[in-house]
Amino acid sequence: MTNALSVQSIDQLTRDALDELNRIGEADGVEQWRVAYLGRRGKLTGLLRALPKLEPDQRREVGSRANQAKNALEEALARRTREIAQAALASQDALDVSLPGRPVVTGRLHPTTQIVREICAAFMAMGFSVVEGPEVELDHYNFEMLNIPAGHPARDMWNSLWIDYANEEGQQPMLLRTHTSPMQARVMEAQDPPVRVVVPGKCYRYEATDATHEWHFYQIEGLAVAEGITFADLKGTLYEFARRVFGEDRQIRFRCDYFPFVEPGVDMSISNFVDPETGRRPINRDEDWIEIMGAGMVHPRVLEGVGYDPQRYTGFAFGMGPERIGMLKYGIDDIRHFYRNDVRFLRQF
Amino acid sequence: MLIPFSWLSQYVDITLAPDELAHRLTMSGIEVGDVFTRGGWEGCVVGYVRATRPHPNADTLTLCEVDPGDGPPLEVVCGAPNVAAGQKICFARPGVMLMNMHNGRREELKPATIRGIVSEGMICSEAELEISDEHEGIIVLPDDAKVGTPLDDVLGDTFLELELTPNRGDCLSMLGVAREIGAITGQPVRVPEIGYAESDASAETLASVTIEDPDLCPRYTASVIAGISIGPSPQWLQERLNRAGLRPINNVVDVTNYVMLEFNQPLHAFDLDTVTDRHVVVRRASEGEEFTTLDGVKRKLSTENLLIADPAQAIGIGGVMGGANSEITASTTNMLLESATFHPLNNRRTSTDLNLRTEASLRFEKGLRPELAPIALRRATQLILETAGGQAAGGIIDVFPGGDTETPAVPLTVARLRQVLGMDLDIARAETVLASLGITTRRTGPDSLEADPPYWRSDIAIEEDLIEEVIRIIGYDEVPTTMLSSPIPYHQANPMTALKDGLRDALSAAGMQETISYPLVSIDDLNRLSVNGESGGGLALLRVANPMSVEQDIMRPTLAASILNTLAYNRGHNDGGFRLFEMGRAFIPQSTGLPVEREMVAGVMSGPRYDANWLSAGESLDFFDLSGTLATALGRVGIAVSLESHDHEMFHPGRCARVVVDAGSADGVGLIGELHPDIREAFDLGSDAVVYFEVRLDDLLEAGTNGGRFESLSRFPAANRDLALVVPADVPAARVQGLIERVRLVERAELFDVYAGESLPEGTRSLAFRIRFRAADRTLTAEDVNRAVNGLTRALEREAGATVRT
Repeated sequence: MTNALSVQSIDQLTRDALDELNRIGEADGVEQWRVAYLGRRGKLTGLLRALPKLEPDQRREVGSRANQAKNALEEALARRTREIAQAALASQDALDVSLPGRPVVTGRLHPTTQIVREICAAFMAMGFSVVEGPEVELDHYNFEMLNIPAGHPARDMWNSLWIDYANEEGQQPMLLRTHTSPMQARVMEAQDPPVRVVVPGKCYRYEATDATHEWHFYQIEGLAVAEGITFADLKGTLYEFARRVFGEDRQIRFRCDYFPFVEPGVDMSISNFVDPETGRRPINRDEDWIEIMGAGMVHPRVLEGVGYDPQRYTGFAFGMGPERIGMLKYGIDDIRHFYRNDVRFLRQF
Repeated sequence: MLIPFSWLSQYVDITLAPDELAHRLTMSGIEVGDVFTRGGWEGCVVGYVRATRPHPNADTLTLCEVDPGDGPPLEVVCGAPNVAAGQKICFARPGVMLMNMHNGRREELKPATIRGIVSEGMICSEAELEISDEHEGIIVLPDDAKVGTPLDDVLGDTFLELELTPNRGDCLSMLGVAREIGAITGQPVRVPEIGYAESDASAETLASVTIEDPDLCPRYTASVIAGISIGPSPQWLQERLNRAGLRPINNVVDVTNYVMLEFNQPLHAFDLDTVTDRHVVVRRASEGEEFTTLDGVKRKLSTENLLIADPAQAIGIGGVMGGANSEITASTTNMLLESATFHPLNNRRTSTDLNLRTEASLRFEKGLRPELAPIALRRATQLILETAGGQAAGGIIDVFPGGDTETPAVPLTVARLRQVLGMDLDIARAETVLASLGITTRRTGPDSLEADPPYWRSDIAIEEDLIEEVIRIIGYDEVPTTMLSSPIPYHQANPMTALKDGLRDALSAAGMQETISYPLVSIDDLNRLSVNGESGGGLALLRVANPMSVEQDIMRPTLAASILNTLAYNRGHNDGGFRLFEMGRAFIPQSTGLPVEREMVAGVMSGPRYDANWLSAGESLDFFDLSGTLATALGRVGIAVSLESHDHEMFHPGRCARVVVDAGSADGVGLIGELHPDIREAFDLGSDAVVYFEVRLDDLLEAGTNGGRFESLSRFPAANRDLALVVPADVPAARVQGLIERVRLVERAELFDVYAGESLPEGTRSLAFRIRFRAADRTLTAEDVNRAVNGLTRALEREAGATVRT
């Protein structure tokens, strides 16, 4: 036996084994190498068989060296195994990761649906329920119950499309609702106070269309009636709405306006968009404000009409156009885009 | 309503800059749509035409000797036909910026030689000063204009264009606006002092008035003026009317218009000598009565129209327009001046029915207080005496049947202010604000008052009206901002709204784009849906009486036409496959009352399945794309459906199905199929197949959902078997699958191959299923599965004529 067991012979064997391992290129060779050196009949194992024959001093030194060698070879084996596996994966076809992925078709909700949902969600968070009503409405609910009797000049504010149907008295009692406000009376007739609802839905007006006017549009009406509801509550509710939908730094402003079913009646504006030059929202000029809805305290005659005691109950109502809100939010320049349904428009939202 | 500052400032001092004033008015409810200034004619002055002579080289030109006020007279060439010696005119020297009428640009006026004569300036028309488009004649200034005065001081002005709400008719007048400004700025309002000499003969002896219908005419006042001479109004009067947008006519008519613009009360002047018996009768027209109004139009009236008449004939339509038979003419010498109050709704109805909206009806329809009538009457009488001469009879005629009933005072309490506004306002502050608006108040307690609505306001009747008056002047910024503190009502969930929302989300997640279209369609749209040529597709139709166009006159009975039109529009504008859905209502008329509004969802697919891509071939969207999407989306909201073969004229024969809810009745909730080629062509949808579905959401809701119930998970493994079955071709695959899934231990069956071909008997096809077996309580043995398969094949053979393909 040329290689007597010694520190030197173990070192020599280790060097030889590592050299050999580094030259091996595939998994089979690595296994053979393992059997050859570390197996039960392997070279290192064989060498160590002579250990008991050594002097105790030498045995301790050589034994320790032999353990180090075994650990070194096992570590090298594990490393080389990983390297070879990695090289094998790398040799497979690489992907052009820039190729477009497998197509998955998704649709989107119409922008009006999205805005209506966002607005309703803001009010639902404040305890409002969502209700819907008929699009073909009776004059009685669309006008009369809202303190707009036949012949009232305020009817000029709502040019109507009437249904071709006459009742026994020869009147045309049905029309396409001009606002979702008729649900005020319908909701209050059906329940006792407290009331807190928002009413989204389609409305119709006999009106020429242009970039800011549509004859068919959505409105979201809101109504809150209970004991103790004040104009201050209206301000707070609409302020919270404006912050949720338009952002925290918006301010709101009210000016006197007229709708026959509220008194006092107001128009609410929000502060306009950030001035790109200064990064601020100027509020000192009229053009810095954008009117977004009409509102007011429910007119006592409307409350009386549904059998609520106007001395006991008070409430507020408001109405806004989601398309207009969407136009402001998304910078849409023409309301007619909404219902032309060009998918190039619809897919942007 | 156009408000010139030059006129307005007679009644109130304007202490704010125009833009600030406009802002404050707008915030308090009088919306100012525009503020604009006329003037800026630097270097233009009042000139005096000392003499004229014809231009030696041109018949239509005149040489004028103009005194500019600050130097020797200048020679000016003028082409206007109305230029004459002795006129005060608008004179522009060379160097001044003026509108050049030849090129429409504002540019420097240059010295010009016109037909051989040097013109040392220009006499201006309204067009050159950009006052109006008028350029035929020059502007002739009032005689009292001082020569050399800058033109800005004479013609310059600032205007407010008001956009009034219907309740604020009072601001259709200078005094109304002045009162608003007074309240906002704290300035006193100057109401003109009214007074004139009256003759001994009392008006009541010279003419008489009878009101036959006091419900339509609560008050009629009149004055009588004798010996007037009709002619043009003085220039100051003409100028004021012009600036407010009214055309001057003659001194009497101009005064009536002037007082209308000043006090808001329309007035009418009659030639008293044309009034039979000098007796005015206010009565309803008889049915079919004809009357020719001032504008020369003969109008047919009804008993709903109120006439001003004499015993012989009608002489005016009350509060709308006078008659040609009694109008003021150049030869009128004695007149009766009317200032009356008419019923607003009736007045509006008459002007609407006759399609005759006038400055008068615009005011009467909004309601005028009867207290206003005699005030305006005296004011107009005073001004007519000043401008047309004559003698006013003593006193006025005043017929006021309800005159002894007082207008009730309106209460206001601090408690109600707090209840409505949510803020504490003391009564003294409310008093101050109301006083600034000219509203008289009296204390009725330590924290309450009552107010008399002033004669110019017809919109103050209840406590809330006073609350608005107070807070609109104080400003809404002072109201605190609080959150609702009343109890939150019980939230009533709406299942239809929830279904619509859920289905919208599911359909869009499954690849479909939501659209929303106009619910008004045309009869042509509906006819296109009918292969059998039945008008309107044989549906009952809800029509609009006053449609904006014939394209949009029917409330849609189906969503089909809308979504097919949407598809057609997009095919014209975009490439690619389309997957569209719309949720909306179909309108079904009833014999009485409101129509049924049925919530529907409809969807359509057509074109390539995917945009061109490297991973898939260019296949087209087909029936199974749509049926898979619909089933997936409905499954997402907890509704399992089956499709049953069906026939419907909208669809390709053999490619149509009813949508049936598994848990529901057998009637079905909608239709799905490939559109009939004729309909595809009628909507111009190209050559690709178009697949369409519609589902009635109310039926869907009624059928109910089966979601929301937990089923425990088996912890034992499943066993899969593939089974190819030869089945008669007319047996629907869904029926075979249903039979398989009914068998015990079968967890589910998936159809993975459909084959028909030579190796199979005629009239059969092969359906291959992967069937998964599982038991809840044990691991299945091969023996268990074999037994189950055997049972299954026997059942399939018995019930569907199916055999196992070998």
